[in-house]
Amino acid sequence: MSTEALRPSSYLGEGAGPAAWLLTTDHKRVAWLYLMSLTAFFFLGGAFAVLMRVELATPAGDLVSDDTYNRLFSLHGIIMVWFFLVPSIPATLGNFLLPLMIGARDLAFPRLNLASWYVFILGSAFALASVLAGGVDTGWTFYTPLSTLYANGFVSMAALGVFIVGFSTIMTGINFIVTIHTLRAPGLTWFRLPIFVWTMYATALVMVLATPVLAASLILIVLERVFGIGIFNPALGGDPLLFQHLFWFYSHPAVYIMILPGMGVVSEVLPCFSRRPLFGYKAVALSSMAIAVFGFLVWGHHMFVSGQSAYAGVLFSFLSFCVAIPSAIKVFNWSLTLRKGEITFETPMLYALFFLALFTFGGLAGLFLAALAIDVHVHDTYFVVAHFHYIMVGGMVTAYMAGLHFWWPKLTGRMYSETWGRIAATVTFLGFNLTFFPQFVLGFIGMPRRYHTYPPEFQFWHVLSSAGAVVLAFGYLMPLFYLGWSMFRGPRAPANPWGATGLEWQTASPPPPHNFDTMPSVSRPAYDYAMKGLQHETFSPHKDEA
Amino acid sequence: MRSSTESVAFDTKAREKAADTFGMWVFIGSEAMLFGAILLVFLIARISYGTAFAAASQRLSLPLGTLNTAVLLTSSFAMVLAHTFTASRRWRPAVWALICTSLLGIVFLFVKAVEYGREFKEGLAPVLGAPFSFTGPDPTHAEFFFALYFAMTSLHALHLICGVAVIAGMLLLWPGTTEASRTHRVQAIGLYWHFVDIVWVFLFPVLYLINR
Repeated sequence: MSTEALRPSSYLGEGAGPAAWLLTTDHKRVAWLYLMSLTAFFFLGGAFAVLMRVELATPAGDLVSDDTYNRLFSLHGIIMVWFFLVPSIPATLGNFLLPLMIGARDLAFPRLNLASWYVFILGSAFALASVLAGGVDTGWTFYTPLSTLYANGFVSMAALGVFIVGFSTIMTGINFIVTIHTLRAPGLTWFRLPIFVWTMYATALVMVLATPVLAASLILIVLERVFGIGIFNPALGGDPLLFQHLFWFYSHPAVYIMILPGMGVVSEVLPCFSRRPLFGYKAVALSSMAIAVFGFLVWGHHMFVSGQSAYAGVLFSFLSFCVAIPSAIKVFNWSLTLRKGEITFETPMLYALFFLALFTFGGLAGLFLAALAIDVHVHDTYFVVAHFHYIMVGGMVTAYMAGLHFWWPKLTGRMYSETWGRIAATVTFLGFNLTFFPQFVLGFIGMPRRYHTYPPEFQFWHVLSSAGAVVLAFGYLMPLFYLGWSMFRGPRAPANPWGATGLEWQTASPPPPHNFDTMPSVSRPAYDYAMKGLQHETFSPHKDEA
Repeated sequence: MRSSTESVAFDTKAREKAADTFGMWVFIGSEAMLFGAILLVFLIARISYGTAFAAASQRLSLPLGTLNTAVLLTSSFAMVLAHTFTASRRWRPAVWALICTSLLGIVFLFVKAVEYGREFKEGLAPVLGAPFSFTGPDPTHAEFFFALYFAMTSLHALHLICGVAVIAGMLLLWPGTTEASRTHRVQAIGLYWHFVDIVWVFLFPVLYLINR
């Protein structure tokens, strides 16, 4: 089909110049605003991580001082969690795709959507100001009484930044929930929704119900630091442990904010490149909801050594094992989707398969940590660091890259270089494992997290990990270049380059301003890859390069 | 038809209104978690330090608290009137009802400020380094009671200030607003106002009435 003819009427062609972008209410353009800001934060947070890994290449603290190191890991965590991972897939791909996938012209509240980006930027301004002023040394968790009584950094400023960004998260959550309820195309019943939409729904629920609790705990911290109200200060009758309860009541569900969208992306990519319907659709859809619900009941597993009651520990341990069940349901169903499929290894598929491996590995490590006795041994060691990086980076960031490549033709109307894409995916996978696998070993043999020096016997594993970090950095930098190049010079993409199901592929690439020229209706289930006429277009991105 | 909706996403005004109301409910669910978290903290502390909290609670001004409860419930009544009037398109009484609602909100804030001033004077406000003096059992945890009291009531007051500001903003834009949007906005703001009112309905008994 002639994409060239559609181009002038695409959302990208409608009005140029900063005002047309900064005042847009088009969900597709807001997605780009988020994409640009999040990319900047991702590389800023990544730079902090690289500095840490360089410091850790030798046992002595020779590159940065202990105080600087504390600030590095705190800022790495704060930026990566709240300014990249939490908004990552929902605010970029979710924003762009949700209305397209359900056959709507926009999100239910387009102005609220734009406002959420401005609130995000306001929160980022606070966070960046705290970085420039000298940073924070509390860790991303802001534990009291360190954060209220002892920390010297700009804690209130950073906490306010995170607090404000929370509002942007809640706005996005409300928008998504209302959109999914009210704007589905005729015939698009709940059990015909793509899994990506289900995961966005589950994510939005967690965003709306958990973020306010984080807001409450950060308000209390700021009240204590600025107004001297001693909620967490035992000398004033307060209770420091209270903060951990409040914080993890948010932050454990937030872990699922950070992984559910990734599961959604993978559920789209795997069926497409194995040309098979998703195995066990309903189980996968409902397991997202189960994760969202169970996620609220497991926060105490972060506090096994905090002195909480042993009975609470046993209960939280049991519930943490329970939350693994819906995740396992997903992994089994994804694996069975691949079975007897006509698998091809395009870049998104490579990323998705790497996700499957890394998420499963990280998830199994999570079961070790859910077991009370083992957790006491590896608590606050690199084992924990490795575990959550396997989920957050190996899982979520890998899925984010899968999604970015998969929908890149839809976002930009252009193809990227498949060769470079595959190289970058592979380099990322190798670099990732080289960085984080040694950290499992380190943690198990007793290296605690958050130290900038260590005894020499740990050096071998630290050097491996630092070397891996450099490889990983290359893996993430490469897409910046070839995707950037593709944005302006890549060959034009057809409407449906992968032969995928889903309404978003039935409109032009890039889509027109209000998404569909004729509003679609749906009469078939999702992932109907048996449908006639749906094939990979024999599209070679290299043809035009020559 | 589409031009009558505020969001391009909707085909009809009716669908949009239903979505707006639903969105407001989701937001209220979110707000309920905000207050719910702190209220739960209070209740757990109440169980752990019962005697201190009961004694501290006696020092709050029950008359002022009761007065404020009455003021806020009346403001909610005025908000209901505003909603009824807009539904029957009687704009002038609707505007008066809204003005009444926000004025009652301001009265509440004024009484709350008087109460805070009284507590500062009596040395019951562990805020900004002000001296705290409490004679009674377990003064440390009585101080915790007052810390939570100030955190909860100031957060509630902040929500009320937002409510008053939003009503004021709506009244300023009132002449230029279409009739359909007026009904629709009054309903959304009304939901929020009642929510803030209901939060107080929870705060009043747990703070003022325990162990009386």
